[in-house]
Amino acid sequence: MTIGLGHYLTVAAILFTLGIFGIFLNRKNVIIILMSIELILLAVNINLVAFSAFLGDIVGQVYALIVLTVAAAEAAIGLAILVAYFRNRGSIAVEDVNLMKG
Amino acid sequence: MILHAIFFYLFAGVCVASAVMVIAARNPVHSVLFLILAFVNAAGLFVLMGAEFLAMILIVVYVGAVAVLFLFVVMMLDVDFVELRQGFLNYLPIGAVVGAALLAELLIVVGAWAIGPGVAKAITAPIPAAGEVSNTQALGLVLYTRYVYFFEAAGVILLVAMIGAIVLTLHHKPDVKRQNIAAQLARRRSTAIEVVKVKSGQGLP
Repeated sequence: MTIGLGHYLTVAAILFTLGIFGIFLNRKNVIIILMSIELILLAVNINLVAFSAFLGDIVGQVYALIVLTVAAAEAAIGLAILVAYFRNRGSIAVEDVNLMKG
Repeated sequence: MILHAIFFYLFAGVCVASAVMVIAARNPVHSVLFLILAFVNAAGLFVLMGAEFLAMILIVVYVGAVAVLFLFVVMMLDVDFVELRQGFLNYLPIGAVVGAALLAELLIVVGAWAIGPGVAKAITAPIPAAGEVSNTQALGLVLYTRYVYFFEAAGVILLVAMIGAIVLTLHHKPDVKRQNIAAQLARRRSTAIEVVKVKSGQGLP
């Protein structure tokens, strides 16, 4: 009944897989893809914090903080690109993003 | 210890269930709200692990900023999300195969891990005992000294993200008259009016 490191790693693994699965499932909707990426980064953070807590080393939490920063920056930039793209094309469907195709 | 287990399964179960709803919900607004629920429960997991500061940061940064940003964008963009849903199940088989393979691999790794004997000696900054120093203070003692460059790099990343987001989304309409404050302040009497001597009986050329 004791909750150990393996339990947290399992939760993180399930979340990570759900993030990957979400990218495949919502191939057309960029917003859901960005949310799936957030889920993946959350799983990474849970892993880092779990190892930090169970190994007794606080550096993992510092790294989790950095990952959190990068995730926030990524969400802001991604949504800004999305808004700019929608303004130009009137659509956010991923299939329409082929202007650079020769 | 039983309470710890109960709360772990509660947080973990709600977190995973809401993550499923994030990728499966029909309405993107519901997806964002389930994302918020997932993050709050992940923060609960962090508290269980003793990382209180990160838990609060997760709530402030994700629920307060990122998820609300998502919500704004979803509501601002006039997108026909029903059309985007079409072909939803086209990629389900390959996604299921990839997801199942990945989950199996991860669970095999999780099931068979063992901490190496040298790890306990290689700890960089040990977590202080509970009651001695709070988690926030312990994190600050490490973050602002040994990892100060990481901290500054994080600040630079946020600055670049802020500038990038502004540059990407700011657009001036060319046919809108705008106030030019510098031109207004630079205006003097000599540039504003012109005194012309007009002889009587003659007009200006």
